[in-house]
Amino acid sequence: MKRQIPLVLVFVFGVLLAIQYFVPSEASQRGYEFVLDWITIIGIFAMVLGIWSQIHVGYNKIKHRSEDWQYSVVTLVSMFAMMFFGLSFFGGLHGTIFRLIYNNVFIPIQATIFSLLAFYIASASYRAFRARSAVSTVLLVAALLLMLRVIPTGPLADPINKIGNWMLLVPNLAAKRAILIGVGLGGVATALKIVLGIERSYLGKD
Amino acid sequence: MTLHDRLLALDRRWVFGVLALFVIIPLTPMFSNFSVPVTPVKEVREIYDFIEGLKPGDYILLSLDYDPGSLAELHPVAYAMLEQCFAKRLKVITLTLSQTGAQMVEEAVKDVADSCKLYHGFTPERGIDYVYLGYKPYPGLIILGMGMNFRIPFPQDYYGTTLDSIPMMRGIKNYDNVKAVINLSAGNVSDYWVADGNARYGVKLALAMTGVMAADYYPYYQSRQIFGIIGGMKGAAEYESLCKNPGTATEAMKVQVFAHVVIIIFIIIGNLAYFLGRRQTAPTQESR
Amino acid sequence: MKYIILLFLTCLTLCLSQAILAQTASLDPPAEAALVPSEPPAPPSNVRVSDLPNDDGHGIQVKWNLSPDDGAGAKSVISYDIYRADTPDAPDSLWKKVGTAVLGIKSYADKGERDAGSRDYLPKHTNLYYRVYAVGAGVRSAAAAAGPVQATDDWFNDMKVPELVFCVVFLILTVRFINMAKKGADLYVRPLAGIEAIDEAIGRATEMGKPILYVLGIGTAGDIATIASFTVLGRVARKVAEYQTSMIVPCIDPVVMTIAQETVKTGYADAGRPDAYKEDSVYYVTSQQFPYVAAVNGTILREKPATNIYLGYFAAESLLLAETGVLAGSIQIAGTDQVSQLPFFVVACDYTLLGEELYAASAYLGREPLLLGTLKAQDYLKAIVLVCMIALLALRVITGADVIRKPFDMPWW
Repeated sequence: MKRQIPLVLVFVFGVLLAIQYFVPSEASQRGYEFVLDWITIIGIFAMVLGIWSQIHVGYNKIKHRSEDWQYSVVTLVSMFAMMFFGLSFFGGLHGTIFRLIYNNVFIPIQATIFSLLAFYIASASYRAFRARSAVSTVLLVAALLLMLRVIPTGPLADPINKIGNWMLLVPNLAAKRAILIGVGLGGVATALKIVLGIERSYLGKD
Repeated sequence: MTLHDRLLALDRRWVFGVLALFVIIPLTPMFSNFSVPVTPVKEVREIYDFIEGLKPGDYILLSLDYDPGSLAELHPVAYAMLEQCFAKRLKVITLTLSQTGAQMVEEAVKDVADSCKLYHGFTPERGIDYVYLGYKPYPGLIILGMGMNFRIPFPQDYYGTTLDSIPMMRGIKNYDNVKAVINLSAGNVSDYWVADGNARYGVKLALAMTGVMAADYYPYYQSRQIFGIIGGMKGAAEYESLCKNPGTATEAMKVQVFAHVVIIIFIIIGNLAYFLGRRQTAPTQESR
Repeated sequence: MKYIILLFLTCLTLCLSQAILAQTASLDPPAEAALVPSEPPAPPSNVRVSDLPNDDGHGIQVKWNLSPDDGAGAKSVISYDIYRADTPDAPDSLWKKVGTAVLGIKSYADKGERDAGSRDYLPKHTNLYYRVYAVGAGVRSAAAAAGPVQATDDWFNDMKVPELVFCVVFLILTVRFINMAKKGADLYVRPLAGIEAIDEAIGRATEMGKPILYVLGIGTAGDIATIASFTVLGRVARKVAEYQTSMIVPCIDPVVMTIAQETVKTGYADAGRPDAYKEDSVYYVTSQQFPYVAAVNGTILREKPATNIYLGYFAAESLLLAETGVLAGSIQIAGTDQVSQLPFFVVACDYTLLGEELYAASAYLGREPLLLGTLKAQDYLKAIVLVCMIALLALRVITGADVIRKPFDMPWW
């Protein structure tokens, strides 16, 4: 029963929503809106599970003094602090303290992590962009040309721009479109497998 | 250890350090007069020209779906575009589908609205010239819901005011009432806009995104599912130059130029070391 | 040293973010056009109304021929106003304006609300009448009522016939190949190096006594890439249980976490070691991209897993994860359908599954007839798409006709 009910639900809703895509009538639209609302509700309930998991894992690390357990203290304290200061008697999301933490801690930290990407790209490029074969040489030359588009190269700027734009609009487009079509077809196939119950790994065991 | 061995085994911290240095240098006063010439490309110009072609009172939807991580590349576009829309007296509907971007976007919209007083002599009023709907989760569902009626996913705006009591939202039902949607995104939200907004509802759509993602969306541009792309810092600088509004993207282009030069130099050094190593290994094999 | 670099980078980002938040602007507001009273333009002719096709039953299509003063004659038309009423001889006050069309436009779709209490309610199965006025500067033309017309439900969107044909063809191909596979036909699937390397990678982790890190990406449970990754996770979990090593599965989404827990538990049970499963090995981190990658990077640097498997939907964090894995000395197997992230994985990982190879992984691993049949159907459909593209391209090149777009723009009946 534990597997049958979800399979039936997946099949019924999968088929109904596939049919709904082709049926523009009012009843179909109302049904679709109903389903959209319930997806949001289920997502909120799932968030409760996630918070519980976070607390559980953090607490266990602190209790058993696992390696770097101090970071779990920071995690849990931060989580509860943001929840606390986001409560409505502090002004909610518009409250002073919440905004202060958001603007001066959250935004800079997020931007910092993203900025690491620039450095990692540099080190990855240094390590990996080698002309070992014909194919890797083509990759290397293409990467260099695209990077040169940004740099003011005087009289070479125009031809480099033209070549770079051609690369973006012709071979890049062709390859991306091919992968997109493949991914799209793969997506349809995977969705079909789930709706028909062929793919059941997410259900667990009886 | 030979030179090429040392170069091939170079600690990545040297790469990080040199790059960091060349990121800071262009920001020093020594380079304050250095500017990078920016030539707007067609796909950026089409967005600018489209907004320029709108009439006062036309509605436009700006979906600012990025988080603080992508602030550097997309905030300049948001500022320049909001400024352009307010200056043209368009009715701007703003929202975000990025959970952590809600307040950042709110502050950006307020900032630009307030600055209009200084530069244009008027202040766009919330509820009359612009509305900020805030954030809702599950972007695909929100985009589909807005296609039926904005009030389905957003019965109220970010400040709790019901949409029907907002003067500029009266009679505005869904995408049919807006001239275009411009999506600023750093993640997969653009996929939902293309698949749900444009394919399902025929929304006129343009995208602004981080540089790494922009190349992925050229197929949609070529098939005219989107009418323009602003890609990365370069695209943001191009848009600022079209708006005659040089801001942080234009300033940051200096940094980008230096950073790219450093990466290119490192790639060349790496390849030189590799070929030197191969050349030294080859004679050793022949002599056997 | 690493803390100094971190501090330095933080300061740099703070400076840059402050610079970004300071913006300037200078644009002049547009001049307003002066309105000059003029003679009313001639009205549009041949106003005809019909039910709006492919809608929810609350829409009417209004069409007209352009006013003689639109682009010709007095050239005084600025726009067209469309009004609606319940009776043709209703007084002017009861005619409600439903929309405006700019000059040169010959149609308007009046899409009303469904709910009777709404401001813009358009009733179904009720006679309605329309007037179309040609509007000049401060004046408008006369207009006669067109109608009656009733809005009705449509039960099939005939603009979506190509999609329906595609789905039917795909279903037929899938059923055919599944039947062939069930009858024992040998359906060839080319080797996927990344998937073949998983067993070896798990063996390496067991020898080193280190865990395996499995990252499902930053997608939700509804993303196809995440669903495809669950299948591989199940098989990896079974292998991990058989080899008696450990695994770590940090999740970004609570729903993904619950499904991953079930999947891993099933894997351990299938290997006959349900008691070895630790619930804390599959845990939720945070719903945010960069905090998630910071947490996973911390896990990689602390736990130093022997094998990192990244299969799912990834965005900018892909290189952050992969480079940290290189630092930790892990073998890395990656796969994503995000084309923009593939180059980063290719550069930093030992094996990469490109695009749809991730979706094919489940069929490749299990070799079950149902999965193989679906994979083959997908391949044949891709071949059909390819043939159609070449044929239509050749047709366009030879004839110059826009035969590619036209069939998809027409209603099909």
